[in-house]
Parts: sequence; structure tokens; C-alpha cells
Amino acid sequence: MNTLEQIEKEQMRVDLPQFRAGDTVKVHVRIVEGTRERIQVFEGVVIAINRKGSRTSFTVRKVSYGIGVERVFPLHSPMIDKIELVVRGRVRRAKIYYLRKLRGKAARIKERVYRPEDR
Amino acid sequence: MVQGMIGRKIGMIQLFDESGRATGVTVVQAGPCKVIGKKGQSRVQLGYGETAKRKLTKPVLGQFEKAGTEPHKILREFGADDVGALEIGQEIRADIFTPGEKVKVVGTSKGKGFAGVIKKWNFGGGKATHGSRSHRIPGSVGQCAYPARIFKGKKMPGRMGGARVTAPSVQVLEVRADENLIFLKGPIPGSRGSIVLIRKK
Repeated sequence: MNTLEQIEKEQMRVDLPQFRAGDTVKVHVRIVEGTRERIQVFEGVVIAINRKGSRTSFTVRKVSYGIGVERVFPLHSPMIDKIELVVRGRVRRAKIYYLRKLRGKAARIKERVYRPEDR
Repeated sequence: MVQGMIGRKIGMIQLFDESGRATGVTVVQAGPCKVIGKKGQSRVQLGYGETAKRKLTKPVLGQFEKAGTEPHKILREFGADDVGALEIGQEIRADIFTPGEKVKVVGTSKGKGFAGVIKKWNFGGGKATHGSRSHRIPGSVGQCAYPARIFKGKKMPGRMGGARVTAPSVQVLEVRADENLIFLKGPIPGSRGSIVLIRKK
């Protein structure tokens, strides 16, 4: 299996910021329309990260015009131009699926702040 | 050039292609093989893998001694278009393949054991509920007083898999001759670690 893992490792991206569930991110996605290419931004809360080496994917949720929209991105995909970390959120679990049932004020996530000495 | 070689299936991974799509890729260790013998103008015998001398019979061992090589585990015959240019004992590496070309891959499929007709022959099966007791059985297998027998070749349960299977057209995506690896698009027959033959089309 070692050979396979090494081959997959070659195409893993190291230019992306580290983030975890609860964080708000802006994902810049490359979209190819015929011959031209443009970049679309999807901003929302990371509700899950599925860690599987180079096949790692993450789910971003946002509420668009009152309708919840979730998108799953392959983390190491070349279609992701960049990921911006907007806010780091304080949540107590790795998968925050409970957010789907909450709306409005209840669906807010507290910001994760560190005391200076913890850094 | 030799028109194929012996390899070992390493396993499958996911790679992103140039359009950004994730595709399933089979990694095969192709060779290195050695030319053990020549047969006429268009055939050569290749050897692959290591084995102990005591595991071979004397006639087989004699072939390797004649070729002046260490004993190989697998011996197979392949076509070649320039047998005269090849030397006995010459090493054949994965660089005989080029990315983009289509190859045939021969392997032994994974054994499924004694399989029923639904798995083996894609029968529809019976009703699941409403008092039905015929869930996965094959149903009627013949007629009545005539012909009073079951026709030969009737699809019935039995051993499935573990047979020689050829994947007729598999695309080569990448060749890494220094590591003896080739990447093939999609699946090929067999389990991880099984021996496969890769032939040029």
C-alpha cells in the first residue's frame, strides 16, 4: 500500500490553509464554461471534513435566500483556486450536522479566540 | 520492440486529470522482465519475478541457465516485431508503453465462490414479500414431457470468478519506467498483488 499512498501524496496540495469544522471559509472554485474559465466563490460554514489522505473532502453549508445549501469539495482538487479562512468558530464536535436543524440566531457559531499565551 | 510484458497489480487510487476530474486509476508494476528465449521470427519468452531454484523443475531451470539469468517465477510468451534486435537476458522495462495508448490486460478475476443465479447471471429473482417464498431461486429450468431433460449450458448456480479475464481496451495514463510503474485508467481484473499480462493492441 505504501507505493499507492506515495503516488497519491504527490498530488496533495500544501498551499491551502488549515481549517476545521465550525470555521467559516470562502472557497474559490474554478468553473469552466465552454472555453472560458471563471472563479466562483462559495462562502459558508465547514460542517464536516472527511479525512482520507488525498481523497479528503469537506462540506460547506450556507443559507442562501432562506434555503440551506451544502456543497462537498474534494480538498486536493485542482478545481479549487484557493480557500480563505474568514472566521474560526468554536464548536465542540468534528461534525456539526446539528446546524442543519437550527436557523436564525440559534445557528450562529461563537468565534474561536485564543489567549495570547496559547498560541 | 516486445508487444507486451508481465506485471503485478498494485492497487487502485484516485488521481485528478487535467480537467480537474477525479478518476479511478489502477497502478501496475510492469516488469522489469527479462528475455529468456526466442521463438521464431515474431515471438519471445519473457520472465518476471524472483523465485528460488528449488521451486522449479530441472527442465525449467535449464531454460534459465541457458539464458544465463536468475530463475523467474513467471514465464510467458509475447509477440515482438524485431526479435533479431533483442538479446537473450535483455531487460524489458515499462517504457515500451506510451501514455495515451490502449492496451489489453489479462488477469485472473477475484473468486466469488459458489454464487447463486442472481449474482452470477443477473437473474431477476422472485418477489420479496406477499407470501412469496421464492426470493433468490432460479425458478423453472426447463419444459415438460418434451424434451424431458435440461438443455446443456443452462444458467445455474455455481463457481464464479477466479477465471482468466481480458480487459480488451484499457488506456495507459502514465508511464514511470524508472519505478517500473504504469497507470491504467479504470479497473483491471484481479486482486491486489495478482499477476497480469499487459499486451499492446
